[in-house]
Parts: sequence; structure tokens; C-alpha cells
Amino acid sequence: MAKQYETVIGLEVHIELATKTKIFCGCSTEFGGAPNSHTCPVCTGMPGSLPVLNKQVVEYAMAIGLATNCKITQVCKFDRKNYFYPDNPQNYQISQLYLPIARDGYVEIETGNGKKKVRIHEMHMEEDAGKLIHDEWDDTSLVDYNRSGVPLVEIVSEPDMRTADEVIAYLEKLRMIVQYLGASDCKLQEGSMRADVNLSVREVGSETFGTRTEMKNLNSFKAIAHAIEGERQRQIELLEEGKEVIQETRRWDDNKEHSYAMRSKEDAQDYRYFPEPDLVPIVISDEWIARVKAAQPELRSEKLERYKKEFDIPEYDAEIITESKKTADLFEAAAAACGKPKKVANWIMVEVFRLMKETGTEPEDLTFSPENLAKLIDLVDAGTINGTVAKKVFEKIFTDNVDPEKYVEEQGLKTVSDEGALKEVVEQVIAANPKAVEDYKGGKEKALGALMGQTMRAMKGKADPGVVNQMLRDMLK
Amino acid sequence: MDILKLTALELGKKIKDKEISVREAAEAAIERAKAAEPELNSFVTLDEEGALAQAEEMQRKIDQGEAAGPLAGVPAAIKDNMCIRGQLTTCSSKILSNFRPTFTAEAVENLQRAGAVILGKTNMDEFAMGSTTETSWYGPTRNPHNTAHVPGGSSGGSCAAVAAEESFYALGSDTGGSIRQPSSFCGVVGMKPTYGTVSRYGLIAYGSSLDQIGPITKDVSDCAAVLEAIASHDAKDSTSIAREDYRFTDALVNDVQGLRIGIPRDYLGDGLDGEVQAAVTEAAKVLEKCGAKVEMFDLGLVKYAIPAYYTIAAAEASSNLERFDGVKYGYRTPDYEGLHDMYKRTRSEGFGPEVKRRIMLGSFVLSSGYYDAYYLKALRVKALIKQAFDRAFEKYDVILGPAAPTTAPELGKSLSDPIKMYLGDIYTISVNLAGLPGISIPVGRDGKGLPVGMQLIGNVFQEKTLFRAAYTYECATEKQYEGPAEFGREFGKEARQ
Repeated sequence: MAKQYETVIGLEVHIELATKTKIFCGCSTEFGGAPNSHTCPVCTGMPGSLPVLNKQVVEYAMAIGLATNCKITQVCKFDRKNYFYPDNPQNYQISQLYLPIARDGYVEIETGNGKKKVRIHEMHMEEDAGKLIHDEWDDTSLVDYNRSGVPLVEIVSEPDMRTADEVIAYLEKLRMIVQYLGASDCKLQEGSMRADVNLSVREVGSETFGTRTEMKNLNSFKAIAHAIEGERQRQIELLEEGKEVIQETRRWDDNKEHSYAMRSKEDAQDYRYFPEPDLVPIVISDEWIARVKAAQPELRSEKLERYKKEFDIPEYDAEIITESKKTADLFEAAAAACGKPKKVANWIMVEVFRLMKETGTEPEDLTFSPENLAKLIDLVDAGTINGTVAKKVFEKIFTDNVDPEKYVEEQGLKTVSDEGALKEVVEQVIAANPKAVEDYKGGKEKALGALMGQTMRAMKGKADPGVVNQMLRDMLK
Repeated sequence: MDILKLTALELGKKIKDKEISVREAAEAAIERAKAAEPELNSFVTLDEEGALAQAEEMQRKIDQGEAAGPLAGVPAAIKDNMCIRGQLTTCSSKILSNFRPTFTAEAVENLQRAGAVILGKTNMDEFAMGSTTETSWYGPTRNPHNTAHVPGGSSGGSCAAVAAEESFYALGSDTGGSIRQPSSFCGVVGMKPTYGTVSRYGLIAYGSSLDQIGPITKDVSDCAAVLEAIASHDAKDSTSIAREDYRFTDALVNDVQGLRIGIPRDYLGDGLDGEVQAAVTEAAKVLEKCGAKVEMFDLGLVKYAIPAYYTIAAAEASSNLERFDGVKYGYRTPDYEGLHDMYKRTRSEGFGPEVKRRIMLGSFVLSSGYYDAYYLKALRVKALIKQAFDRAFEKYDVILGPAAPTTAPELGKSLSDPIKMYLGDIYTISVNLAGLPGISIPVGRDGKGLPVGMQLIGNVFQEKTLFRAAYTYECATEKQYEGPAEFGREFGKEARQ
């Protein structure tokens, strides 16, 4: 009988924090910009320059630590990680090894197999490196230090995950928490969230872990899922062939769907970590922790509870809407503006998600204003426009954030509910459709629908369907 | 009137009173430097043109009342490990032999605000690693009192420049004695302030947790005045401390009545030269006669200071010097194949032997498997040394002893035996490990006419106590600054014999 294998996975997740300035100097963290335009003596490692810690980095890191149930290290320190590479201007990275800011936390995830806790070993703060640009024509390499010194946290999990589904669920949960805190936008494609996967396999029932590999360069959830499956297969094949898994770092190539070895444990560098003497220890008082806790925005679980109580919307809707902070924020703002949370929820659940799917838009990239959605709902309720027109108007709101009141006015989309104006059209429809009239009078209720449709078409959709319906019934009595 | 004989404060007063122009003062110093440099080599860069331009500008400011401080218009020299925007800053190393910083060190900016005219950058041991100024890529500096001898180090250029009247005062840096030991060898006054008193921003780091900039001057009054000018709380240096009181010159009081002075017996043991011991003991008696209470005590742990220091300083240095790799600035080897070859050749060619020795030592003590046994243990020793000083300062206001076990050794006699050279730092380095202030003042000469320095050590933030004791000693001995006797007439005679 073939052996059964279990996959054991732990993650190292890097998240770029949303501070305006870098971790150790006043330079902007803004993405883009001409090479080396966001630099100074500190983030280019000029001799004599010294780092000064950005307090906001500590607060974001504390907030993430608290939201992931970690213990905050109340006297924490930075250490130097020494290695030579040109993207690292000092040839050491300021990071944390001995006293990281947070330890021993967990997040709860849910997959098809139910709920599970994934433990967090530790989280530390560090600086990002610059970017090397290789000029093939010239056979030279250039370096851009705009990213050098951008603040990161690295969250190291315990090896608690067993499937790609659990890994994705863990990453989605982390992303949601961090986005809710406003600590990062967590975009995998842009690199503001990056995950390295540590993976080993072992026979089911085994107590000990197998030899693990570390996989880097995973830029999407899809790549992570593929890489996990590929690496699991590779390791099982090795074991089945009686070979050993080598502890090494592997790089995933998503185009080729294949990983290859970058460096083995033997050439692992000795980083010669030691306490960073240019920075003083960070002392985090109970009061500071309390302040950060108090300032912590409402997280998803709290929001969910409140929505159920406050807005009387279905639990399913509340869950979907709060999955992203962006949609939750839109919902709340629109509900506040029009006072009709159930209707707002409906619009988001149906039209917003439909258009997002059709246009491939992520929640973070939604640009329409909640006030315009609220106005649209008011217009429908007031009978100014009907549902069909409203959907068309919303498409314009979704893409161009138009003001629906103005748009309806300008495009002449108001519903005609004045019987005088409608009467002529209804009479024409009755005259032109003797068969349908006959059928209706003969008891076929369906035939009324055909007459309704004709009338609405003739009115270019702007008629109030309720009024039309009533008029038809009255006139065919 | 011989301008060169004036102290910095005396000159500052005469400039203020329009007896001497800033230009005259700068020209006098430059003329002296030009005459002395071929023998002394105190300077890496003597910036005649720049200094005269600064002198004009400073005279204008003084005339218009924009610069009124006691040091306004007085020429100064800066150790070549402090950045000055646009000016060559080499750390006396080949690897920075073409480096011009984009910004100026905070301490130098403070000095410029106080009206200093910067004459140039002084020679030093390469990256401040050495005790003789012989490890400089630009050749050794010689002791103005006897050019066959070294000036001490690593701030040997700054001390020699002040002793030889090439500059009215200078800035040095002190990681393990690099201000106090050469001050002692050159017969000038030098202070290492409490760690955190002078900003390190713009000081090219050697041992970051130990480095501190300080004044090198002709007398104690100048020393207090210069410290007052350079000390500041600097938000750009996270280890900088906001002091409650920066009025160091207020402590220039001729009174040590009741001052409790302790002399560590451990400082008078093996290896201390008899003439040095006699001079320092004599100086202690002078303070006793002035009313101080002097007694001997056991400080303890003295022999552990040197290994702890060389472990910590080398560890930090090995990391601090990683940025010199030929990628961004400084020397790059002309021929290489690929990145790693470029790193290796650049650093092999760019650093001298003493720097390489400390990089290797530092890399070793931080490497995996050795960190606990060396680096962590050294940190524990550092903490114990601090405790030993804490205990001593419960009983004494000032700890008194020699600044160095000997007077200046002859040129060429030290580098072949680095361990022996390191032992010469025995009285100074524990002061850095404990973050304390220490001052070296001249207290006499040995039989060869070489100066002897006495070190006074205070508790943290007690610079004023040190200034008071040093100033009282100076008043009691009527010993204002004493230049090299033969200097200027038969200069370098002994070296040539």
C-alpha cells in the first residue's frame, strides 16, 4: 500500500507598513518616483549618518501584534543583520533577532475542514532594501535606494498549516486584519505583502518533522497554491525514491511552474547578528499599549456583531460585506447617508459585486463614493427612477462616480408616472395588440405582462411600472 | 605679540577687542602649519584657501555683531573622521581617500555656529584604530616635543597640531582613549565627555557604543569653552542626551575644598613607568594641598577592561566598516571580475593591516557559535565595570590616575606588537566602557622631556567637577599652556640626530 504523506507548512510573511516616511529617516515611502529621488544620507548608508526610529512603525507593529493575539515585548531592541549586497547600502540590515516586538500569538482561520488556530511564533520590525537594475546592454548594474529603509514587519508562523487552502486562509486573514488596522494595503502583486513558504512532508502519524525547504518569490495566492503543490510532490517523489530532501532555499518560477535551488544550508550565511548600537532600546509602557489598543479601529469580528445588531441585515450579507474593509466602509457610509442599510446591503451584494467581477476590480480599487450610492437609492425610493434605470445609472456611478441626481436630470431618465402623459401611450399599445387584449380578457393573466413590456419599451423604460400596471388593468376592465 | 602663544579664549578676546583680525590669526596658524608640516604631518588636509575665506566671512559677522561668542574667529582643526560637506574626509584610510561628504557633522556645525575658522582635517590612526597615529594611510604624525616619538593616537594629528601651535584648538574623538592618551603624550588638555553629550551625527563610526567627540586644547579653560560650543542634544543621534546644564565654563573655579579624590591602586601597578607615577602622584599632592581629600582604593576588574573593550569595539567596527565596499563612494579596485571579486580586492587594497586585524577579530567574536562566549561575555564585563565605577563614585567625586602607563614611545616601536600596544590603553578604555567623562591634563615631563598626563575621571554628567579640579590644579601650579621648548627654532633636531 502506498504511503500517506502529510504536508507541514510554516510561513514568513513580510508586510510593508503604510507610514508616510521611512523607518529610520524622513524620506518619503511613496511608490514610484525617479530612482534615488527619495533618499538621504541615512537610507543610502553614507558614513557618519545615524538612524532615528519612526514611532509610527512601532505603533503599527504593536497594533498588528495585538490584533494577532501576540505578547508585546515591552523592552525590545533592534539588531544588525550583516551581509554584503549592493541593494543594502550599509551592508547590514537593521532588523530584530533577540528581542522582537511581538511573540506568541495566533490567528483563527476557517477552511472546508472547519476552524483552526495558526500560531504566530514572532513578529519583528525591519528595513527594506533598495532595488538593483541590471543593464544588459551596458553590462552594468545600477541601484535605486528609494525602497531602502521602507518599514516592514515580518510575521513568522509556527508550522501549523497542512494544506494550500489553510495557507491561503491564513494569508487572507492576516491581510484582512492588517488592512482593517490601516497598517498596510497588503498588495501581493506590488510586493507590499510577501510570503516565503517553509514546507516539509512526513508520513501520516509521524511525530517528527521532515527536512524543510524555503520557497521565495511567490507573488500571488495562485502562485503560492501552485508552489505548495509542486514542492509537496517534489519532496514526496524524492522520499519515494529513497532520496533525501536537502534543506535549502528555492525560488519559484510561476511561468514555468517549477522551483529551483537558490542556496543550500551549507552556504547559508552567518549574519553575525548583534544589538544595533546606534539605536536605544524601545521601552513600551502599559499605557502605550493601552493607547494603541484604544485607537485600534473596529476589527472584522466586532463589525460583524455590530452589523447584525445595528442594521438588521442577513448574517451572510454582513460576512461578505465585511470581508474587505473597503466594502464595509462603503456600506457604512452609504447606510448613514440614506438611512436604509438593508437596501445598501442589497446593492453591494448584487450590483457592486457583479460589476467588480465583470471588471476584475479588487475592493481596494473601488473609487465610487458611498454618497452617490445613497442618493441613487433615494431616487428609486422616491419613484424618481425605476429599478431598471437605476441599474444603468449605477454602472456610471461605478465607473465614473457620477452624481446620480444630476445624471438622471441631464439624461432625462426620470420615471413618468403622470397618468395624462401615459394614457396616450397605453391606449396606443392596447389598440396595437388586440390578440393580447383578447387573451387577458379571456383570463390569461400572462398577457398583461406582454402589454406592460410594450408600454415600457415605448416609454424607453422611464415609466413607473406600478402605475402602468394599474392603468392597463383599469382600462381593460 | 606672538599670536601663536595665545590660548583660544585669549585670542577670541583679542579678536573681539579688534586687537587682532581673524585673518591675522588664521594666517599665523597657517604659516606655522606650513613650516611644521613637513616634520610633523599633523594634517591630512590643510585648507589654506578655505580657511582664509572663512576668516573674511567671520570677520564680517563679528563686525556686524552676528558672531559674539568667546571662540568667534578662532582657528580650529578637525580630526579627519568628522564629515565636512564638500571637504575631503578620509579617516586616514586609502578606502576613503577620495570621499567628500554631502553633509557636515553636528559637532562641527555647532563649532561653526560658535564662529570657528576651520583650518583643515587632522591625521589619525586609520579609522581611529591605533594608539600612535602610525596606522594612517597618509604616514605617521610626529610628536612636536620630540619628533623621534609618536604623538599617541588615534587623535594624534589633532593633539600634535595644538601642541605645535598649528591650531588654537582641535576636535578629536575617543573610543578607548583616543583623545586622552595623545593629549597626555603631547602635553595638551583633552576631554572625552559623558557618552551622549556630543552628537555623533557625522562622525564616521568606529565603535558606535563607545565613540565620543571631545575638545583638545592648550588649557582647561579652553577645554570647557570648546565643550560648551560642541555639546548639544541632537535628534539625529538617538544616543544623544538632553543635558540639563551646558554651562561648562561656569565650573572654572579655583577651589577643590572638600573634593573627594580616589586613586585606584590597580592603576599604579605593573607596567606603569616610574617617572609617570611620580609626576601623577605629585599632581595628586598638589590637589590635596588645595583642600581635596585624596586616598587610595581598589577599583577592581581593571585587567578585564582591555579584552572586553577589544571585543566590543572590534565587533561594532567589523559591522560599521562594511559599508566601505567600493560600490557607492570611496576607493574601488581598478581590476576585478564580478561583484565579489570587486568587494574582496577593494577592501583588501583599501584597508591597512590594523583595520583588517580588527575587522577579522570583530567578525570572529560575532560569528555563530562564538557570540555567547565572546561578545555577550564582553557585554557582561562592561556592565560589571560600570558597577565598579558606580561603587567608587559613592565614595569619591573624582578618580585620579595616569592617562597612559608611559610617555610617548619612539616611532616604529609599537605596531609590531599589537597586544602590547593595546595594553597601553589600560587606564582609558574602562572610562569608555562605562560611558564616563575623563580629562587628561599635563602634569610634567619625563627625563627625556616628554609630557606626562594625569587623567581625572568623573561620574556620568560630572564634567563640571572635572573642570573644577583640573582648573584648580592649573592655578596651583601656575602652569598655563607650555609649548615645546625647542619648537620653531631647532625643530626636529632630535629626529635628525
